[in-house]
Amino acid sequence: MPTPILMPALSPTMESGKLSAWLVKEGDTVVSGDVMCEIETDKATMEVECVDEGVIGKILVEAGTEDVLVNAAIAILLEEGEDASALDGYTPPAIAGGVPAPAAVEEAAAPAVETPKAAPVAAAAPAIPKAASKSAHFSSPLARRVAGLEGIDISLVTGTGPNGRIIKRDVLDAVKNGVASPKTAAGFTSTSVDAVAVKALYAADSYEEVAADGMRKVIAARMTETARDVPHIFLTIDCEIDALLSARKGLNASGDVKISVNDFVIKAAAMALMKVPEANASWTGDSILMHKHADISMAVAIEGGLITPIVTNADLKGLAELSVNTKDLATRARDRKLQPSEYQGGTFSISNMGMMGIKQFTSIINSPQGAILSIGSGEKRVVVGDNGEFVAKTMMTVTIACDHRVIDGSVGASFLAAFKGFIEQPVSMLL
Amino acid sequence: MSNQTYDVAIIGAGPGGYVTAIRAKQLGLSVVVIEREHYGGICLNWGCIPTKALLRSSEQYHMMAHRAEEFGLSVKGASFDLDKIVARSRGIAAQMNKGIQFLFKKNKVDVVDGEAKIKAKGVIGVTANGKTLPDIKAKNIIIATGARARTFPGMEPDGKFIWTYKQALVADSVPKRLLVIGSGAIGIEFASFFNALGSDTTVVEVMDRVLPVEDKDISAHALKQFKKQGMEILTSSKVDKLTPGKNDISATLTLKNGKTETRTYDRVILAVGIVGNVENIGLEAVGIKHERSHIVVDQWSKTNVDGIYAIGDVAGPPWLAHKASHEGIICIEKIAGEKDVHPLNPKGIPGCTYCHPQVASVGYTEEKAIEAGYKVKVGRFPFVGNGKAVALGEPEGLIKTVFDAKTGELLGAHMIGTEVTELIQGYVIAMGLETTEKELMHTVFAHPTLSEMMHESVLDAYGKMIHM
Repeated sequence: MPTPILMPALSPTMESGKLSAWLVKEGDTVVSGDVMCEIETDKATMEVECVDEGVIGKILVEAGTEDVLVNAAIAILLEEGEDASALDGYTPPAIAGGVPAPAAVEEAAAPAVETPKAAPVAAAAPAIPKAASKSAHFSSPLARRVAGLEGIDISLVTGTGPNGRIIKRDVLDAVKNGVASPKTAAGFTSTSVDAVAVKALYAADSYEEVAADGMRKVIAARMTETARDVPHIFLTIDCEIDALLSARKGLNASGDVKISVNDFVIKAAAMALMKVPEANASWTGDSILMHKHADISMAVAIEGGLITPIVTNADLKGLAELSVNTKDLATRARDRKLQPSEYQGGTFSISNMGMMGIKQFTSIINSPQGAILSIGSGEKRVVVGDNGEFVAKTMMTVTIACDHRVIDGSVGASFLAAFKGFIEQPVSMLL
Repeated sequence: MSNQTYDVAIIGAGPGGYVTAIRAKQLGLSVVVIEREHYGGICLNWGCIPTKALLRSSEQYHMMAHRAEEFGLSVKGASFDLDKIVARSRGIAAQMNKGIQFLFKKNKVDVVDGEAKIKAKGVIGVTANGKTLPDIKAKNIIIATGARARTFPGMEPDGKFIWTYKQALVADSVPKRLLVIGSGAIGIEFASFFNALGSDTTVVEVMDRVLPVEDKDISAHALKQFKKQGMEILTSSKVDKLTPGKNDISATLTLKNGKTETRTYDRVILAVGIVGNVENIGLEAVGIKHERSHIVVDQWSKTNVDGIYAIGDVAGPPWLAHKASHEGIICIEKIAGEKDVHPLNPKGIPGCTYCHPQVASVGYTEEKAIEAGYKVKVGRFPFVGNGKAVALGEPEGLIKTVFDAKTGELLGAHMIGTEVTELIQGYVIAMGLETTEKELMHTVFAHPTLSEMMHESVLDAYGKMIHM
C-alpha cells in the first residue's frame, strides 16, 4: 500500500519550511536511514532520513518549494514489489492550507492519518504518523442520538448493555450524574493536551500506546478541572492513635466485628463534620450548600483507576455498621458493581494511603465537595511527652484540602481540631 | 432420588420452569424439576398451543363455509365435527408435552412428579398421590408455579354452564348462545373460536373498550371487526349475577347505560384475569413475601428470602409464556454467576392475541407514552394499502408506531391484521437494539410482504409515507 512521506517538523516551533533539495528521485529504492531530502528553516538546513524502506513512487513537492506545512505529504513511498500503478486512485492526505494535493478521489482509499494541528512538534525524523487508534464506541443508535441531543461525548460514557454496549440509559445516567458533560470533560483533554505533540517527543517504538477508557478520561478531565479551577488550601495535623488502636483491639477481640482504623477515621470525620458543619459545604457559584449529613466518599483504588463509593449518613452509623458498609462498598467497587447513586454525590471525601506506607500527602478535592482528608500511615514516632521526655507513640498525619471559596483556613483548622479530638479519644465519639 | 443437594430445584415445569431447567443444565448446574400435572404447564397443555389449534380449525372452517366463493373456490356442505377439532387440539398438546419429556431426557434434567411444598430454605417436601416422597434438597429454589383463571363467588366453573379456559378447550358442544366475560386475550380468542363455529356470542367487558390493554386505535379497529363477524360486544358493562337453571343459565348484566338486564345463555366463559398459584407451596414456612396472589421479586427474580426465586405468572404480569421463559433464563444465569446478564426490560415484551384479525403489540401505547411525558410522533398504515394483504384477502388491519419526537426512539408498536403476531418481532428487535426512526427507514423490507407496512408506518410517523 502506498505510504505518504510527510513534511517533518525540525523544531518544536516549526510550522512550515522550505524543501530545498531532493536527494532521491521517483523510482529509487530506499532503505531506512537513506537521506531523502534537505529542508531549510529560518534556523538551519537539515537532512531528512527515510524511516521506511520501499520505492519512491511519486514526489509531490518539488525541490525549492517554500512554506511547506509540517505534516503535508511531500512524497509517496511504495512497498517493495509495488509499481506505480498502485498510485492509481491513491490520494495522499492533505492538511488544511498545505501544499495542494492531487484531487481527492475517495475517502476510503486514503489511509487514516491523524490530521495534526499546526502544533508544536519536536522531532527531527520524518515522522510518519501511524493510523490513529480510533476507539470504537460500541453504542446503540438511540444512545448516540441522545448523546448528541444532550451534548455528551459518548466516548466518556460507560456502557452497561450486552457486551458493554452503550445504551440510552447509560447516556441518560451520565447526563444525570454529571459525568462526561462537555464542560467537565470533553473540551479539555483535546485543548490542553495535544496527542501529536506528546507522541512526537518519543520515538515511535519506545512506548506502547494504551487507549484510555471512559474512567481514565473522566479522571483526567475532572482532576484537571478541579486542580485548575478550585483554589485549594492544605492544612496538616498529627494525631496520636494509641488509644484508638487499643480500643479497636478490644472491640475486635469479641470476634463479632472487624473494625478497621479506616472505619474509625470515617466515624471521626463524620462526627467532626457535625461539630464543624461549615466544613461540610459545597460552592454552587452563587450560594453555599450546607450539607445536613456526612455522606463520606471513600477513595477506593480499582483496576484502571479509582472510584469513590459513598458511606451515606456516616454521622448516624455506629462503627459496626460502618465497618460492614465500607467493606461491602469496597468489594463491589472493585468488582465494578456499584450503582451510580452509590458513587455520585457525597459531601466530603477521605483518601487513606496509610496502608501503603505513605506518611503524608495532599489530595485534589472531589468537586463539588468542599474538602478532602488525606490520611497517612500510623507509625511509631518519638515525640516529646508532657514532661519533656521522649516517648514512642503511634502517630498518624492527616492533611485536609479545602476549597477556599467555601472553607477558609480557620474552618479547616477547627475541623482538624475536632477530628483530632475524636480520633485521639475514640471514647468521646460515644458522647 | 439420592441424598444429593441440587444446585437448583424448580417447582413447576411450565414454560418458565422447563426452559430454566434446560438452561441450568447448559450452565453445568445440577437441577431437579418438580411438576404436579403436565410438563409444559398451562401454556402447551391448556393455553397457548391448544387454543391455536382450535382457532386454526375455526378459521379454516370460516374460510370454507363463508369465503370460498370470493377466492373462486366452490365448497359444498362445509361442516365441522367439534369432537375431532377438540381431539386434534388435544393431540397437539400431547405431542408438545412429549416434546418436553424428550427435552428433559436429552438434557438429563431430573424430574419428580408430585406436589412440591417448601419446608425450609433449601428443602422441599414432595407428595404424590397422597404418598410422601423423599425431601429434595437444593441450594437454590425457583418457584414457577404459574397461575390459574380468576373466579368470583357465585361465578365458579360448575362444569356444566360456567366454563374457564380449561372446560372451553374440551367443549362437548358449540353453545348456541355464549356469554364471554372479559375481552382480554383469553376471552376474545374463545369468543372468536365459538363465534366462527356459529355460537351467538356476547362479550362483556367492564372497561370502555375491547382488548383494553391494547392501544385505543387497535381496540377500535378490533371492535369494528368483531361486530362485523356478528359478535355482540358490551363494553362498560358487567355481569352481576349468574343463575344456573335447568337447561341454561341466566345472567344479570348492568349495561353501559346503567340499565340492568337479564339474559339467558347456554354457556358462560369466565376470562376475567388470572391469579397466581401461591397456595400450598410453603411460602409461609420460609416467609416469602407475596401480594395479591403474586410473589414479590426484584429485577433478578429474587424473593425476599435468600436462595429462593420466583419467575413467570406467579411472579406477576405480564402473564405471558415468553416472559416466564426469559425471566427464568436471566434468573438462572445470575445464579450461575454468568457475566453480562441484563434484567428484562418490561417495555420490550411483545404480546399477541389470536383472534381474527390478530393483534400484536410491544411497548408504550400512544396514550401511555403521552402519560409518561413523551411528545410523540405517531405513524399509521392500513392493510388496505398493502398489495400482499389485499392478495391474501385480508385488507382489514392497521400498523401503528409511536416514536419519541425528541429522540426518535421507537416507544411502541401496535398491530391488528392477519399474521401480525409474526410481524411484531421486527419491531421488538428494533427496540431492543435501540434503533431510531433513521435505521428503520434505511432498512429494506422485502416486497411483496406484509412487513412492508411496518416500514410505511415508520415513514408515516415522519410524514414520508409512500403508499397511501
